This record gives sequence, structure tokens and C-alpha cells, in this order.
Amino acid sequence: MTPNGYPAPPSIDWLMTMPALLVAGVGIVALMVEMFWPRRSNSAIIFLSLIGLAVAGYFTAIQFGMPDGETFARMIVRDRLGLVLQLLLIGIAFISILFSEGYLREKRIPFGEFYPLLLWATSGGMVMIATKSLLIQFIGLEILSIALYVMAGMSRNEAKSEESAIKYFLLGAFASSFFLYGIAFVYGATGGLHLDLIAEAWKADDPSMRNLLLFGFGLILIGLSFKSAFVPFHQWTPDVYQGAPTNVTAFMAAGSKVAAIGALFRVLEASGVMQEFWMPALFWIAIFTMTLGNLVACTQRDVKRTLGYSSIANAGYLLVALLAHFKSPDKVGLQATIFYLVAYSLMTLGAFAVVSLAAKGGKEGTRFHDLAGLYRRAPVAAGLLVVFVASLIGIPPTAGFFGKYFIFLDALQADLAPLAIVLAVNSAISIYYYLGIVRAAFVAEDSPVRPAMSGPVTFGNSLATAICAVGVLGISFVTAPVFEFLAGR
Amino acid sequence: MVQEWLQGLPPFWLGLIRVLLLVLPILILVPGLIWWERRLLSWMQDRIGPNRTGTLNVPRWFPIKSWRGKKLRTFGLLQPIADGVKLFLKEDITPDAVDRKLYFIAPAIALFPAFALGGVLPFGPWLSDNPATAGFYALLTPVANVDIGILYVLAISSLGVYGVVLAGYASNNKYSLLGGLRASAQLISYELAMGVSLACIVMASGSLKMTEMVRSQEGPLWGVVPWIQNWFLFTPYGLISAVVFLICMVAETNRAPFDLPEAENEIIAGYHTEYSSMKFAVFFMGEYAAMFIFGGIFATVFLGGYNLLPVNWLAIGDSVPALSGVMGFMDRLNYALAPLWFLGKCAGGITFYVWLRATLPRLRYDQLMSLGWKSLLPLAVANFIIVAIWIMGTAKWGVAGGWIAWAGASLLAVLLYLQVMSTYKSGFPDMQRRKVVLTDGIPNAPVGAGAD
Amino acid sequence: MDTNLIVFLAMALVAAVAAVGVVAMNNPVRSALCLVVNFFVLAFVYFSLRAELMGISQILVYTGAIMVLFLFVIMLLNLGGRGGTLEERPDVKPGIGVGLGIALFALIAFQVLFPLQASATPRAPDDYGLPQTVGRNLFTTYVLPFELASVLLLVGIVGAILLAKRKM
Repeated sequence: MTPNGYPAPPSIDWLMTMPALLVAGVGIVALMVEMFWPRRSNSAIIFLSLIGLAVAGYFTAIQFGMPDGETFARMIVRDRLGLVLQLLLIGIAFISILFSEGYLREKRIPFGEFYPLLLWATSGGMVMIATKSLLIQFIGLEILSIALYVMAGMSRNEAKSEESAIKYFLLGAFASSFFLYGIAFVYGATGGLHLDLIAEAWKADDPSMRNLLLFGFGLILIGLSFKSAFVPFHQWTPDVYQGAPTNVTAFMAAGSKVAAIGALFRVLEASGVMQEFWMPALFWIAIFTMTLGNLVACTQRDVKRTLGYSSIANAGYLLVALLAHFKSPDKVGLQATIFYLVAYSLMTLGAFAVVSLAAKGGKEGTRFHDLAGLYRRAPVAAGLLVVFVASLIGIPPTAGFFGKYFIFLDALQADLAPLAIVLAVNSAISIYYYLGIVRAAFVAEDSPVRPAMSGPVTFGNSLATAICAVGVLGISFVTAPVFEFLAGR
Repeated sequence: MVQEWLQGLPPFWLGLIRVLLLVLPILILVPGLIWWERRLLSWMQDRIGPNRTGTLNVPRWFPIKSWRGKKLRTFGLLQPIADGVKLFLKEDITPDAVDRKLYFIAPAIALFPAFALGGVLPFGPWLSDNPATAGFYALLTPVANVDIGILYVLAISSLGVYGVVLAGYASNNKYSLLGGLRASAQLISYELAMGVSLACIVMASGSLKMTEMVRSQEGPLWGVVPWIQNWFLFTPYGLISAVVFLICMVAETNRAPFDLPEAENEIIAGYHTEYSSMKFAVFFMGEYAAMFIFGGIFATVFLGGYNLLPVNWLAIGDSVPALSGVMGFMDRLNYALAPLWFLGKCAGGITFYVWLRATLPRLRYDQLMSLGWKSLLPLAVANFIIVAIWIMGTAKWGVAGGWIAWAGASLLAVLLYLQVMSTYKSGFPDMQRRKVVLTDGIPNAPVGAGAD
Repeated sequence: MDTNLIVFLAMALVAAVAAVGVVAMNNPVRSALCLVVNFFVLAFVYFSLRAELMGISQILVYTGAIMVLFLFVIMLLNLGGRGGTLEERPDVKPGIGVGLGIALFALIAFQVLFPLQASATPRAPDDYGLPQTVGRNLFTTYVLPFELASVLLLVGIVGAILLAKRKM
């Protein structure tokens, strides 16, 4: 308190908040560029966005090695996990933007507003990760979600896109309200919005407060489960993934998941004291998520839907990794979770980037037979698709293999053998539908009635897929240094 | 003496007195307002208007001989009373198909905000913020000098639309429904610009309290001219705010040229088509009371409230000692008759309403929307930002620096506006060049819509 | 029973009845009106807690703007016709909903109400809820969430325009 009785302004370490604020600010500048100097192409906006993301990435990267801490009245936190995930989100946005313009032009929806929205969504996800305050987490979640609702419905002359936006919006709003209601209960029990207060309130050992806390915590968990697409809160995923423009789907699959898992980690970490309650529940959720995602994916005939179910299954794998860490935090670090998040983001983005080639002249085909003949029209892209799918399946020497392998080991180490076994079985199941995607790309165009569609392979798309492929293949050769870096040694 | 007696009263009675002092004048003045509107309108339109009712024929037995047989003219002053009697005695028709409860409750809901709105209006000076030393008028006005004064005005004024919307809905009549729809859309569109324009003034005056907003206008003009009061209307940012607020206030009271909810040549009488007799009269009264109060709000926020003229009498007296006696008297006069000056400003507001009605044709619906969203709101928001810059400049570099910052910011805003206007003069060039599929154009067959 | 309690109970009762009305009414216009009443009375509960700014914002934002839009949409879609358009087939869902609602209420009542009643009457500081206090806090301690919320609103505006503009 200052002498005049008003609260003192918080001391601010601007560097900590810089990346997220910078990304949001670049979004605003990009919007102004679109408003004041609209041009034939969005090149200026894209260029600006990429530069902004790169600078934000730079400011994130230089923070590695700096001491952990909190700033802005304990609303922004800096630690290794937060920095890595923020960097990952920036990378996801970067790659999404790279292959967006070509795709949007082919779909005839090259709105300049798309890029600001994407940047804001990224900044929302970043603050979600980089905070231990429930208030900031909620606002970040909403920024991310609302931007995604809009982007999902961007292709307005497609009924599917509209359906996707509406579904995502209604269910997402419902989930957000769960999250918010949970925050209200936690606030009631702890008297504050900082996550560290949960442990304090729990240790105060007041039974009525404990019940309140548990209830609120459960609601928060439901909200975040929706965002991460855990079963039984996954129903929106396939429809939304299928209907949304493919570049948005790619960002949704990768970015939204990274943010949600990051936020979930923060919440679970803070409520470790309640582990006896949530561990069994999340254990079963993980099993159902993996199994259901993979089984239903086998019946799909649409690439984007299949990848949607695959993302549900992958959320299950990630949950296993998180649970293994929390079950025995001493033995098992977070490295496997982060590693798999990176690997998953790269391979999903790459796969969607290749799938996005099937758009031309305002139309897009996403069913398996629309991919037919891809190997002839775009041989490199088809080849890279094989790499991404191999990684999704978990075939060595791809990143996906190592990611799953480490999660498997972690689960065994943390006495979660059932989860490890379910994970292994599910990986086997997933081979079936992933191979279906590859097969679709490598059969000849069969029907002259519905010719397969394919747009030109743009430079941006090539670059995006190349980065993803290099990442997916390259990271597996440097797993040891990466792990050491993630562990902060 | 009166002051001591009032101070001795229990708070409840004092409160009641304050409420009556607000409500009774309005109730009494409303018929007068109607007469004033009709007479003024007829004068502006070069016709005669109501001039008969109230004319007295002096009878033949009248004691003063020279008056016998003459007519005592009151210019139709009794016309509103005759109208009132007519409305009272008319048959009250309630159509069969109405939603009875809502139909009955709607006029009451329409009337309530009009009166409640005046609750924070000071029609007399508060000498200081502390009620104990604020002087005589502080005991009588406003009904409640709350911290959130101007927000209260915004909140209550937005409730007024419920009466209209409910009337439109409950009447079970398509024209009424249209009237209600129009009213709600209109309110939403203009509420925003009104709020932002008031926010500028709140920032400039540094308080939400109505009494303090008036007091802050008694300072030197532009911060430099001590003899003239700094009424917000005279400041450049305040002028923009005032224009925006004025337009929004006419729109919120559903008066011409914004009387779309009751546009008689389009939707009969809009929301009150199915209302007759007293229920109609209540709507009528609500509208006039709202006009009156909004005139008062405009006077309070932009026109120096209860001050007669924008002159700091005492400051002139200090500068020109020879005049100090006269100026002291003027200052006391200004204080003592404050409610009168305030009433005069309200009357001016009403006159302005009438003038608008006589001058401007009704807006089309799309014009209404584009005026609200595309002109007033951006203008108000730009003004808001510029006021903030002005305040920052004043705080950092003094008065002159503040005005330089203001001018720079305004110039920048104008340049940006011109840039946007020149870009979008020919439609949306970027979108056309980018081959965006037009949603309203040729329908594009949805892709991938097949069953899965 | 002191007057404060009576006033509070009266307001709480109206708010609760209105809240039930929102769910129970068959006619969407009436439901919306019940919500209006609920919001309005809630504002007075805030006033009684000395949170004037909060209360007036409640009226300004919810009662004055959002609910007007609700009514606008309901009337535009003409859902308010006679013979409730919202009738559902008899189902177990309302039963489950009522059950869960009662359970939730019981939970809150037992966990919050009784402990709070046992504790000493909490007193807010004198300047609690004043516009000045709220403003100062908003622009010092809570400046980051405040600014992020403005980004959120910006996203909403840009998104709405992107989705709604018809002529490209």
C-alpha cells in the first residue's frame, strides 16, 4: 500500500511478459495494416506476423537459464516448462502461418483478419501456460477459444465450417462456464486466485473448505479436459476438426492442445495435495481417451476426422505422461510430456499441411479418395506425409516413436503399468487407420466422376512441411541433449 | 431558518421531500411541455396550432365595463388539460389477444425510468463534497448524490426500452412487435456511443458524481481564462462529446428524427398501437418526462448545470476591484436562483427537441444503424482516446503541452480517417482482388457436405 | 431479525423466484424477463453490500444491454408465439437436472452457509466497492488481466465482423 492508501503498482519484469504481449501487439499492428493498407495479397501481414513471432521467440529463448520467478503481482510465472511450451506455441503459430496463405487463397477466403486472430490465439495460449493465476488462465483460455471459434467458422459458404464453429462455440462456452464456476468455488475456498493458495487452503484442514475446493477443482478439470479433448468431453473434436479450414484445424490440434496440457499441468501441480482424489479419475479417463480415440478412428473415411480422433488418442498419451510424472515426481520428470508435445505438434502440423493441398478453386476434398493420386501430383508432399504418419504410428527413427517410448518407460517407472500396456496396445491399433491415410495418398485416381483435387504446392507449404519433417526426423537423433535441456541440467 | 428545519428532519422525511421536489415539477410541467411543443411546432411550420381552449369570453355582467364581451386569450394553454380529461374519460380498450399481464405492466415499466433517471440530477449547487458544508441546496437535491452518478444515468436510461419492447411484444400485433424490435436495436446501437461520450467527460472532470462534474466546470476556461467557466461544451473534446451525446439522447428518447419505433406512416403507431386511454397517456408522459430529464442531464454534464452564465463572477471581481460589488451580487444571485437557471436549461433542451422534430425528416432504418455504428461510435471512441492523450499531456507538460498533445492526436486521427476513407471509397478493393467468394453473390456449392 | 436481514431476504427471495422462473417458464420472452428481474434484483444485493459500482455495472451491462439483445433476438425469431414453442417431450433430463441442482445447492448450503454463519460477521473496508478503489486496483494490481480482457474483447469484435460481414 502506498501512503495515500491505494495499492502500489506491481513491480514488473517486462522480459517475462514480453513474449505473450509482443505476440498480441503484433496482432493488433497486423490488423491495422489490413485496415489502412489493404493489398492484393496478405504478404505484408504475413511477413509482419512471422517477424513478430520470431522476435517473441527470441525473447522467450533468452530467458532460459534466468532464475524462475513470478511478476506482475504474481500473475506471470517463468519456469522451464512455461518457456519451452511458449516457444513451442510460437513455433506452431509460425508453421501454421507459413502454409496458411496458399491454402486460404485456394479456398477463396484469404481474409487479412485471419493472421491477427491466429496471433491472438497464440498469445492467449501463451499466457495460459505462463501463469499460476486462475484469473489469467481463464482469460487466456477465452482469448484462445474465441479466436478459434471464429477461425473455425471462417469459411462461411461451407455448411460444415459453420457447423464446426457453432458446435465448437456452444460446447466451448459450456466448458468455459464449468471452468469459471470452478474458479469461483476455488476462490471461495482459498480467498484468492493464485494456484499456490490451493495447497495452503488444503493444509488448513478445514473439512468444509476441502469439500468446496474439491468441487471447484473438479469443475476446473472438466473445463480443461474439454479443451484437451479427453473422453468423455471429446465429442466436439471430430466435427470441429473436419469442418474448420484445414490450417485452422492444424493450429487447433497442435496449439490448443499444447496450451490445454500446459494449463492442466499447472492446475494438477498446484493441487498435488489432492492427488488421492484425482489420480484414479484421470487414470480411467486416460484409458478411455486412448482406447476410444483409436477405435473410433478406425471407422472413419475422412482424413481430417481421422486425424481428429487421432488427436483424442494423443491427448490420452499425453495424459499418461502427466500422470506418470505426478505419481512419482522424484523418479519421473516432465521431459517425456514436453518431448511428446513437441513431436506431436510437428507431426500433426505436417500432416495437416499436406492434407491442405487438397483445396482448389474454393473447394476442398478431405475424404480418403480425394487424396488419391497425391503421389503423382505432389510426390515430395506424399513422401513427407509418409514420414508424418510413420511418426504418428510410432515407427523408429521418428520423433513419435521416441515420444511414445519415453512415455511408456515413464509409466512403467511410476507403477502405472496398466496405462503403459493400454498405450502399447493402442499404438498397435492405430497402425490400421494411419496406414489407411498413406494408402489413400498412394493409390491411383480411380473415379473420373469425382476427380481428386489438388492445389499447387506453394513455397510456404513446402517450407512448413520441410520444417516439420526435419523436426520429426531430426529430433530423434538428439534425444539425449534435448532431454537434458528440458530437465534444466 | 428553513435550512435548520430541514437539517433537523429525519432522513426519511428529507428524502421524501427531495423525491417530491423532483417528481412533482415534472408531473406538473409535462402538460405545459406538450402545449409548448405544439405551439412551437405550429409556429415553425407556419400554422396556427391549438389556440382556442382556455380562451375565456368575459360575461356581460362582468364588473369592469370595458372588458365585457372581450376575449381573454391564453394561447391554448388549457389544451393539454382538455386532452388529459379526454384521455381519462375515453374507453379503455384491451384487445382480446394481448398477453394481459405484460400488456398492463408495460406502461408502468416505461414510466419508471423516466422519473428514476432524475435521481442523481443536482438542480442546485453543492459547495463542497461534504454534505455538512455543502450549503442549502445540498439538502434538497439531488435525491441521492451517489458516487456512481453518471453510470446510474446510463444504467437507468437503458431500462426505458423495456417498456417499449414489452408493449410491442404483449400487444400481439405485428406492427407493435416491429416497433419494439426497432426500439431495442436502436437503444443498443446508441447506448454505446452515449456511454463512451460520457466517459470522455468523466475522464476530463475526474469524477462520476454529478455534483462534482458541475463543480469541475466552474474552473477557468481551458485551464487559462480565469473569468470564464470551463463548461465542457466550450472545450474541443467536450464539444464532440456533446454532439454525440445529443444525438444519442434524442435516439434514446425515441424522438424525431429517431422515432422509428412509432413511425406512423410505416407501422401505424408502433409499440403503442394497441394502447388507448390512460395507458397510452402513461407512455406519452414517460416520453416527455424522459425528454425533460435528458435535457437536465445534458445541461449538467455539458452546460455547467445550475450556473446561469459561463462566467466566474468572483474572479472578475478580483481582477477588476471596481466591479467587485456587482460581481458579488451576481454570484449570490447565481447561487440563490440556481434551480431556476437549471429549469431554464431543461426548457432549452425541450425546445431543441421540438426544433429537431420540426426540421429533420425521419431516418431510414439502415441510416439509423450506420449513423450509430459507423459514425457516432468511432467518433466517440476517437474522442475518448484523444481526451486520454490530452490528460496525459496536461499532467506531464502543463496546460499548453496538453493542448499541443491534443492537437497532435486529433490531427493523427483525422489523417487516419482520411486514409481509411480513401481506401474504401471504391468498395473493398482488397477483397475483390483477392477473389474472395461472395456470400451474397453466386452461391458456391458447399464442398464435402455429403453424408459421412 | 434486523431490518438488514429482512431487506436482504426480500431481495434474495425475488431473485431466487425469478431465477426459477427463467427455467420454469415455457415462453422464452417470459423466461428472458425473469432473467431481467433476477439481474436487476441482484444489482440491489450488490448495492446492499456497498459494491455500488458492481451493482450499477450489473444493471448497465446485463439488464440494460445484454438482456435487451436477448429479447431482440427472441422477438426477431418470433419464438414468443402462443403455445410455448419450447415444449419438450417428457424426458428424464429435467428430473436429473432438478436433482443435480438440489444437490449442488445442498453442497453450497452446507459447506458455505453454515461455516460462514458460525464465523464472526465479516466487515469490508470502508472504501470497498467505491469506483475509486475499484479503478485503482484495476490499474495497479490487476492491470494485466484488465489489458488481456481488452485483447479478448478485441478478438470478439474482429471475429464478429469477420463472421458477419456479408459483402466482401
